[in-house]
Amino acid sequence: MSDDRLTIAGIEFRSRLWVGTGKYKDFIETQKAIEASGAEVVTVAVRRVNITDRKSENLLDYLSPKTYKILPNTAGCYNVEDALRYARLARAAGVSDMVKLEVIGDEKTLFPDTAGLIEAAKILVKEGFIVFPYTNDDPIVAKRLVDVGCPAVMPLAAPIGSGLGIRNPYNLKILMEAVNVPVIVDAGVGTASDAALAMEYGADAVLMNSAIAGAKEPILMAEAMKYAVWAGRMAYKAGRIPRKLYATASSPIEGML
Amino acid sequence: MRITVNGETREVAEGQSVASLLSALDIQAERVAVELNLKIVDRQAFTGTSLNDGDRVEVIGFIGGGRSDDDER
Repeated sequence: MSDDRLTIAGIEFRSRLWVGTGKYKDFIETQKAIEASGAEVVTVAVRRVNITDRKSENLLDYLSPKTYKILPNTAGCYNVEDALRYARLARAAGVSDMVKLEVIGDEKTLFPDTAGLIEAAKILVKEGFIVFPYTNDDPIVAKRLVDVGCPAVMPLAAPIGSGLGIRNPYNLKILMEAVNVPVIVDAGVGTASDAALAMEYGADAVLMNSAIAGAKEPILMAEAMKYAVWAGRMAYKAGRIPRKLYATASSPIEGML
Repeated sequence: MRITVNGETREVAEGQSVASLLSALDIQAERVAVELNLKIVDRQAFTGTSLNDGDRVEVIGFIGGGRSDDDER
């Protein structure tokens, strides 16, 4: 699978599993789990630096930008203005021109505000950002995001952190057919089979955080996810057999007594 | 003079620059972005930008986060 690389906006990605860095017990666990996942892209949040306790360590000491592609997000932003502010600050911090754009519409569901998302994406693309928009599984919205210049789209499988798996596989399939850019399924994965399924449907990559960080054994789950994404990808490329209602014998009748 | 850094009021010497503020706070300049009165200060301008009384400074960096539910570590 090492030659099966994903390229977005001229950037080559080694792994089709992308991971978040939140919710871990500590930085050591974060580092070990991400290493076990084989992921190359790691998402990070943009926040105030702790100026009172300078002994607090820096996440990037554990996840070197030399080894990982750091993808800052605008998590926690509920309007266009905030999302733009966070994205610009992230870029100014100097690790990347990439941004995982989130404009959240509602606290309870954390569903994206897609109107705000398209508006913010348009502005950031014009400013030279490589925008990865966190969107819902609406194919039309995905098309609009591509129209404004997003080089990939990141539809949710289910609400963030819900672990419900892919709630609307048909929409996701339509979305994948509707856009001519890579599709990274983001949010809602609960376990390995969910990730495999997303890849079998034809997703180009899967992004997850809670499913790994929240598992009883995060490092083991990280490894499970690595294989799930591989297996799903290989099965997609291999092409599954059609579903049929009745049996088809695998063993020949010829030669029976 | 008094400035506000990440929401906290601080007393700093007159004419302090962004760079000297970061250094006084023991913050590595390479890892952060600085916003001064809502405008981003270019990294190259940290040394040349001096602070004034009443300025609002935000020093931001990266923390563990995946998505909107991962705000708290």
